Amino acid sequence: MKNLDVALHLRGETRFVDDLPEPEGTLHAVAVPSPAAHGRLKRLEIEGALRLPGVRAVLTAGDIPGENQIGTILPDEPLLAEGEVDYVGQPVALVVAESAAAARSALAAVELEIEELPAVLDPREAWKQGLLIVPPRTFELGDVEGAWKQCDCVVEGTAESGGQEHLYLETQAALALPGEHGSVKVISATQSPTGVQRAIARVLGVGMHDVQVEVERLGGAFGGKEDQATPWAALAALAAVRLGKAVKMVLRRQEDMRSTGKRHPYVSDYRIGLKRTGEILAYEVTFYQNAGASADLSPSILERSLFHATGSYYVPNVRATGISARTNLPPNTAFRGFGGPQAMFVIEGAIARAARELGLEPAEVQDKNLLREGDTFPYGMPAAGCRARACWEEATSRYDLAEKRRRIEEFNRTHPLHKKGLALMPICFGISFTNTVLNQGGALVHVYTDGSVGVSTGAVEMGQGVKAKIQAVVTRVFPIDPELVRVNSTTTLTVANTSPTAASTGADLNGKAAELACRSILARLLEVASAELGTAGRGAEARVDGGSIEIADGRVLCDREPTELSWQRLVAAAYARRVSLSAQAHYATPGIWFDKTREKGEPFAYHVYGTALSEVTLDCLRGTYDVDGVWAVHDLGPSLDLLVDRGQAEGAIVQGVGWLTMEEVLYREDGSLATRDLSTYKIPDLHAAPRELEVRFMDGGPNPLGVFNSKAIGEPPFMYGIGTYSALRAAMQAYRPELDLPLAAPLTPERVLSLLYPERLRELASRPTAGTTP
Amino acid sequence: MDRSIRFLLNDQYVSTSLPAGLVTLDYLRQERRLTGTREGCREGDCGACAVLLGESAVEGVLYRTVNSCLLPLGAVEGRHLVTIEGLNPRGADPPAHPDGTEGPRPPGSALPPLSAVQECFLVEGASQCGFCTPGFVISLTGYLLRTPRASLAGALDAVAGNICRCTGYASIRRAVARVLDHVQAGSVASGGEGGAGGDGEIEAGRLALLVELGVVPRYFLEVPERLRGLREGEAAGQAAAGAAGAPAGPSILVAGGTDLFVQRPEELARGALRLLSRERGLSGMRREEGRLVIGAATTMEELQILPELAQSLAPAAAALQWLASSPIRQRATVGGNLVNASPIGDLSVLFLALGAQMGLHSVRGSREIPLESFYRGYKQLDLAEGELVEWIAITPPGADAVLSFEKVARRKHLDIASVNSAACLRIDRTRGDRGAASSGGSGSGRSGRGPGRILEARLAAGGVAPVPLFLARTSAYLTGREATPDTVRAALDAAQEETAPISDVRGSTAYKRLALRQLLIAQFLGAFPEELAGEDWR
Repeated sequence: MKNLDVALHLRGETRFVDDLPEPEGTLHAVAVPSPAAHGRLKRLEIEGALRLPGVRAVLTAGDIPGENQIGTILPDEPLLAEGEVDYVGQPVALVVAESAAAARSALAAVELEIEELPAVLDPREAWKQGLLIVPPRTFELGDVEGAWKQCDCVVEGTAESGGQEHLYLETQAALALPGEHGSVKVISATQSPTGVQRAIARVLGVGMHDVQVEVERLGGAFGGKEDQATPWAALAALAAVRLGKAVKMVLRRQEDMRSTGKRHPYVSDYRIGLKRTGEILAYEVTFYQNAGASADLSPSILERSLFHATGSYYVPNVRATGISARTNLPPNTAFRGFGGPQAMFVIEGAIARAARELGLEPAEVQDKNLLREGDTFPYGMPAAGCRARACWEEATSRYDLAEKRRRIEEFNRTHPLHKKGLALMPICFGISFTNTVLNQGGALVHVYTDGSVGVSTGAVEMGQGVKAKIQAVVTRVFPIDPELVRVNSTTTLTVANTSPTAASTGADLNGKAAELACRSILARLLEVASAELGTAGRGAEARVDGGSIEIADGRVLCDREPTELSWQRLVAAAYARRVSLSAQAHYATPGIWFDKTREKGEPFAYHVYGTALSEVTLDCLRGTYDVDGVWAVHDLGPSLDLLVDRGQAEGAIVQGVGWLTMEEVLYREDGSLATRDLSTYKIPDLHAAPRELEVRFMDGGPNPLGVFNSKAIGEPPFMYGIGTYSALRAAMQAYRPELDLPLAAPLTPERVLSLLYPERLRELASRPTAGTTP
Repeated sequence: MDRSIRFLLNDQYVSTSLPAGLVTLDYLRQERRLTGTREGCREGDCGACAVLLGESAVEGVLYRTVNSCLLPLGAVEGRHLVTIEGLNPRGADPPAHPDGTEGPRPPGSALPPLSAVQECFLVEGASQCGFCTPGFVISLTGYLLRTPRASLAGALDAVAGNICRCTGYASIRRAVARVLDHVQAGSVASGGEGGAGGDGEIEAGRLALLVELGVVPRYFLEVPERLRGLREGEAAGQAAAGAAGAPAGPSILVAGGTDLFVQRPEELARGALRLLSRERGLSGMRREEGRLVIGAATTMEELQILPELAQSLAPAAAALQWLASSPIRQRATVGGNLVNASPIGDLSVLFLALGAQMGLHSVRGSREIPLESFYRGYKQLDLAEGELVEWIAITPPGADAVLSFEKVARRKHLDIASVNSAACLRIDRTRGDRGAASSGGSGSGRSGRGPGRILEARLAAGGVAPVPLFLARTSAYLTGREATPDTVRAALDAAQEETAPISDVRGSTAYKRLALRQLLIAQFLGAFPEELAGEDWR
């Protein structure tokens, strides 16, 4: 099926927030950023800016009628800085002007006096100083202390993974329109319309019913608009209500990169113990999460790191501890995988180092410890419907692991300055929000009298194809031409109290709700059909229940024979009989729970599995590399839309590869972002993407908690990128087998070369440095 | 005097009195509400704002893909500006309803049909969030318009400057391959490959074919004629470059503008500009007393496709394609790259190794200086007020020379270098043959020949000093020496002695030193594979 949105995109007719026609007199807002990472705000002088042409207002914390607070998990995030600034780029004031250019020109005229305080950028340093977002948490299974003694080999060390800029192509954006009776409508580029609505109500001191938030679609999000679209929407709403004018706020790329949080950098200490055979007996890990200046979603992200501490393996004795460190960086936030990738990076690295110690291939150790049906996760949930082994076997045979290995050995023997590396990456990812409350979805379906259907859900379209999937759900229940189904924008008017579109759950939760709504309408329509076909009375009900009346290809069938009742005529008949053609439905994932006092429970609806092979060619002279291929076998089940699912998997893989290879977020010592634009922060381009990228979907078993038995696709394939990291590390090891390479990412060409030539690097570092600094 | 800028915007003549230095992206989005052209970065690094710029040529129209965020409105004067909206003009009869009978029209049915490129992207699902998508369509369409013999590799290169965060590019590659199949099949069916020759303008026959194949809409056929109608206006282009409301005073020289519009957009939007890319005398190449003289406004793309030059510079010329994306290459000029004086300027380093001379001109007269004396300090040039770089001259390396260019960056393609280097080594290999004769093929493990002698060496590097640096002492050391591993080690040391990189976002001091060492080794290995075989450089 062709995704109708795609045709719109191709014509350039899609309207993102900045593309919408502006109401006459629309004002433009730009935030005044904090220049300091930490300090006391002694003075804020706006008079000079107010005198500049086109400037209508400069708003500060004192202009907020409600609460100066937008924190989602903890109330620790002011909308506008008040008394203190906590990171470079933090909004301190808002300049509102007749044009965005006028507003930007006035920024420098807002005078800030800040008494600088020491800034903490390193999570371990924050831990030492007791700067935590929440108290540490520990997940435990078995007896770790007792297990070390039984191990033939214990390896310990530190692993570091870097941040990652979301680089959604559409920057943060909002357009706020003041309404009657103090209400406001905000068109926001957010994954979380309800979250934005709640924050705006709080900031304005009004009820949530006074705030409408609407989202048509996002130009990419990847988690970066789950919580961090909120400040910009709230600022626009504040200005709109204060000034009684439409106010638009669209961030420039550099403003966005400077002021928004990224994937959390982690520093982790690990210890792994194994039998000589490669069987893992014990694993201990402590994650130091660099949360940034406020909680944002950090506690939940850290929680998911704990859930995925052991990756796709069964380990009988585990202790995993998570520490969320408060630092003076923009609040780090959700990013595809949500803490899972950071955790899996550590155990994969631990396995690679342990395998080297034992003289085994990492794949042997991976293979030996793969999760099996019924194995217990550290959080007490048994693996059910486990596909880890099935995917592993399929991947190694379909992609001929043995032949690839043979070819690589041959290549490495004959190429002194180029080395290839190969690695496998099995994944296991739990599907559901780990915060059980959020696992609910809603839908509102209207069938109009001409037979066309409008469906609204809580899901936000951001390129992941959720609209196509919702449309597919509707046409599975109503077997009609998909073009008769419009999936509407996501707005708090049609579906209330929604969860963010996140955690790969958008299609499951909202698709299930849409399915329920359609089914209740369908039941009414079949009654009508039965009556219309002249089979009213007791017999009719029996026929409906017995399934002899059904709809197929837009027509009512009776005993599998087409009748004269088309879908359109059936709908018209229902209207004439005054039967409701609308339904609202709510879906809550059944059976999931988690007890934080014991850190045990069954928090996930199901798990997604898969295995990927990665191959990398390293240029040992230059420290550069090419990803020859990533080949995955992925546990998806019956797809609602193969093009969409394949696209999600491929895109996630390349993002995962980018995270661990070229994408490097660098802050200067003063807490300002050094990689502040696209010329310094590089994401994969067409040439850098794996030369071969293949994803094979495994047929799944029944998966009743997935929509029409399919499995969630958004996040899990991201973690195949860890396999590419391992393959690159293997190639480096092939050039320098004697070196014990650290676990550090990203492996930029700089880091690769520096690790390959540590002796030369030391020697060259001791040379005198330049006297002048351009 | 009419100070307005006139051009053909999609299928309509338009004129504007906005400043010539306003970037076209802002004009399109804010003045024309053509919002399919998107702002992704405002620095030419993402391609979301790509547009086509068509220019009257001898046979037809030459279409370039350019980033509208770096394109001054003045550069559009007299041209055909094509945005994504121009590929699906309204007004064509909508297709009939599929079943013709009951029910509402399916959404989208009232829209004009998709172009062939769009159709292939649709079939392959090569679009997810859709923000970057128009840029890809434009880039590929532009490639097909200016490339008589389209190839898959060329087409992929044409979209390589477009960043997509959603798809991972796999579906885009499949879509591009599908487009190529469609166009190649169409070309064969029409009984030819279209016009012969290299890249460039599209003449009537090939244009008709692309219209037939659905690559561009029918109104493109009338564009050559309609552009001729604008030509008279072009003479006014220089006047227009000052544009309405611009303050009087000395004009700002803008060549490609691909860096200037990143660094100083507000100033350029207000200022009076002299658009050098419109001055024909400054581009192109001529032979003069054994030298190749390249006009300063010659674009990187032209540099790449000038056959004579490409031959002389091979294999370094191949690297040009990696240095910048296709839309940047269409605008960025040789002179601009040199004058920009970035310490890691790729062309600067290449031309330093080639021993380039620069021709400078002002009202006071002309002078010629070697490129290495042009750079005096960080962004400090030997260029007087009012003086203009007119040309760059090189003597093509002879048959006995080996030219190489090396670069490392965070991303292999289309990234700014951490360190780059170029070397031009003239080598006497005959000595080696004599050595072989006298030693009688002793079992040295090499070919039995003695090492070649370096007759002349010119090495240059970027990212290791405040300026693109000619490695004078290293070059002098090498000249006249035999290419032995010891010579190379001494040269590596000499190079470190005369460089002093700083730590910045593109790498630490130590890394840049290491990278310089490695790149030089790579260059020596390329020039002397036999002499240096078996050496361990770890």
